[in-house]
Amino acid sequence: MTTADSAEMTGADTALKVRNLNAYYGAFRALKDVSFDIPRNKVTALIGPSGCGKSTLLRCFNRMNELIPGARIEGEVLFNDENVYHPAIDPTEVRYRIGMVFQKPNPFPKSIYDNVAFGLRINGYRGDYDEAVERSLRGAALWDEVKDRLHESGFALSGGQQQRLCIARALAVEPEIILMDEPASALDPIATLEIESLMRELIRDYTVVVVTHNMQQAARVSDKTAFLNMDEDRAGYLVETGDTHQIFTNPADERTEAYITGRFG
Amino acid sequence: MLRGGSWDREPSHGASLLRSGRSAPTRGAATGRVVHLIFFLCALVSIITTVGIVLSLLIESLGFFREVSVWEFLTGTRWSPILRPRSYGVLPLVSGTLLVAFLALAVAVPCGLGIAIYLSEYAPDRVRRTLKPILEVLAGVPTVVYGYFALTFVTPQLQNIPLPMFRDLLVFNALSAGIVMGVMIIPMVSSLSEDAMVAVPRSLRQAAYALGATRIEVALRVVVPAAVSGIVASFILAFSRAIGETMLVTIAAGATPRLTLNPLESIQTMTAYIVQLALGEAPHGSLEFQTIFAVGLLLFMLTLLMNVLGHLVVRRVREEY
Amino acid sequence: MAAADWASRFRPNLARRKVWGRIWFALFMLAIVVGLAGLVILVMRVLYQGAPWLSFHFLTDYPSRFPEQAGMRSAIFGSIWIIGLTGAFTVPVGVGAAVYLEEYAPKNWLTRIIEVNISNLAGVPSIVYGLLGLAVFVQLLAMGRSVLAGALTMSLLVLPVVIIASREAIRSVPSSHREAAYGLGATKFQVVKEIVVPQSIPGIMTGTILALSRAVGEAAPMIAISALVFLTFVPTDPLDKFTVMPIQIFNWVSRPQEGFRGIAAAGIIVLLVVLLTMNAVAVYIRNRTQRRSEE
Repeated sequence: MTTADSAEMTGADTALKVRNLNAYYGAFRALKDVSFDIPRNKVTALIGPSGCGKSTLLRCFNRMNELIPGARIEGEVLFNDENVYHPAIDPTEVRYRIGMVFQKPNPFPKSIYDNVAFGLRINGYRGDYDEAVERSLRGAALWDEVKDRLHESGFALSGGQQQRLCIARALAVEPEIILMDEPASALDPIATLEIESLMRELIRDYTVVVVTHNMQQAARVSDKTAFLNMDEDRAGYLVETGDTHQIFTNPADERTEAYITGRFG
Repeated sequence: MLRGGSWDREPSHGASLLRSGRSAPTRGAATGRVVHLIFFLCALVSIITTVGIVLSLLIESLGFFREVSVWEFLTGTRWSPILRPRSYGVLPLVSGTLLVAFLALAVAVPCGLGIAIYLSEYAPDRVRRTLKPILEVLAGVPTVVYGYFALTFVTPQLQNIPLPMFRDLLVFNALSAGIVMGVMIIPMVSSLSEDAMVAVPRSLRQAAYALGATRIEVALRVVVPAAVSGIVASFILAFSRAIGETMLVTIAAGATPRLTLNPLESIQTMTAYIVQLALGEAPHGSLEFQTIFAVGLLLFMLTLLMNVLGHLVVRRVREEY
Repeated sequence: MAAADWASRFRPNLARRKVWGRIWFALFMLAIVVGLAGLVILVMRVLYQGAPWLSFHFLTDYPSRFPEQAGMRSAIFGSIWIIGLTGAFTVPVGVGAAVYLEEYAPKNWLTRIIEVNISNLAGVPSIVYGLLGLAVFVQLLAMGRSVLAGALTMSLLVLPVVIIASREAIRSVPSSHREAAYGLGATKFQVVKEIVVPQSIPGIMTGTILALSRAVGEAAPMIAISALVFLTFVPTDPLDKFTVMPIQIFNWVSRPQEGFRGIAAAGIIVLLVVLLTMNAVAVYIRNRTQRRSEE
């Protein structure tokens, strides 16, 4: 999946293609037949009532879901036209090409520098580390705030700064896609706005997929929106996808309309 | 419900509660105070124990230190309190103690840490639930039994090793005692280290996996560094336990105080010396008798230092997350 | 950001890292094997050497200069004396201290000191307790090298463990139960007596039995008190002289004759059976109460 050809062939503007994806936790079915495309260099938001499987779907993209005992997946996720669930592909390979940022800032108990350099070290980066760390921190709009204290602990930063450090950490390994699981839900409003404007900057170089329970946030930051809902058996399914503007002003499905106008969820 | 009914009336008997002066509550209060005092005295027993330990060690050692200077005791390199020419340098006992303790750590640290990493990062729940009680059994075996094992099994096995250095291995030697003591303190290292690793938040592991780390990298580069203070504390506390361990070394390590770092030699630890003399019926008040309290005082201070250090490090872990 | 670019800057070398992962995993397995093998070989060795020497007369006879005639009667009775008295001393004091710390103690410096002190006492080497008992009980209080002095020493040794276990048991009593009793007008002592202590009895028993099983195997402090390794009578009075099982085993192990090695192993079997039984009882009590509280 790291050959030049496959990159050329996708060429167009699709970063991920999800095909008939089903996810299970033991006997419980968490996702039902999800299929849609995620466009390249755009922000795609996954919205829906809590428990509908948004986070599960996101974690299926970089095979993080497999870390949960009893989790099982059927279907395909095509990344550069290759199925990340192909038996010959190691989940680790998927994860360093598709980065992830979590709900709560989770810097390692190491220095700011070592946090960013972690991914470089394990993945055998061959360039200049100082330069790569600086580039990643600039990319996460954090460089100016921390350039004089790179060797202080990551815990010394504020919540919003910690989350940007986590983004910088993800950027360091140069992923193509960055998955964000409610990245601002633990932050104050100002830090939230900083993360949101950062997402708009990131799509110059990356594709961003963000799970959010905050519809204003989805409306503010995303280009595309996918709305998930769940059945009575609590299995999540995809209701519709489309341009964010269209979903929020003129949804095709009445369930979407009911959700975004706050009638449930 | 509060409206209407009897609840709505003036609280006519409410005031009488304060004024009635019934005797029952005051007697209850008196019992309460007595009981409180009794419980407090129970808790105080632990303080009295510590004071008792310190005083009894100090008072008996004082007689010793009137005859032998502290300096001579702490820096002398020959320990011969019974045979003439007498000499009261404690260093051979200290070196014997440390030698065995470090040998024990050399076994217990890698094994205990390996088990802890396996239990915390790899083991399925079922395996963990079986393995941990078995390890507890290892910690619960009386140390006399380990002494028997070291003397009658491990030492002969070592003597069978076809290397010239092992050919002349004595029946009593530091190596065999150290190895067996290492096995004995494995559970201490593994359970305390595992506690520290389990306390590392899952979100850190997830962050590392999301960067493309393999399982072993998550364990060794994220979890172990994050839990390092708890792990170090487990080493310190295990070390302290090894210093204070008595029967195993009395049985297997020998009774020849010797200033050496050679694990193949017979040595004597501080604890083994105390046992040797306690069995010898030295007359109360004699200098020989007082030596065991001087050695005991040193032992007590060493282990106290280690324990305080260990607990301080553990407290730092708790503050981290 | 094409994949080809990426591959020129990063060499993840996953295959090699996976191999390292497997090597480390093998080392962890090796660590477990060392621990478990230690235990298995020890038990096998003891059984192999000791089983031929086990017999009924071994339990009922006194020690002897001849291994064929030696028994551990005096040691068994000594151990029973010590454990019985130790239990009688530690349970009331340990539970009292635990109740004080959990239910009564104000949050002040004295309480802090008591708590830190208890955790430090748990780390004091057992031989040091032996010296304490020798100086205070044997000599200062003139009890001599008696069962009583031994039991008091052992009580101080296991007290921290009993206190810690009892505190845990008391802490697991739901505070709603206490509040319900207070709501009915109970005094603090009534709450402790009627609610807290009865509900924590299983936990206290489990902790106490485990602490006493540790005491059964302790030889060092008992040697400092008793100084006896060869005793041909059974104590009938708390002021009698005594020996205990681990001291007797120590004595046999230290003898050079091969026969005594076998006798020592037989003694170890008896000691281990006692310990296993005590542990099994403790675990049984714990499991039974856990199951009941889950129902």
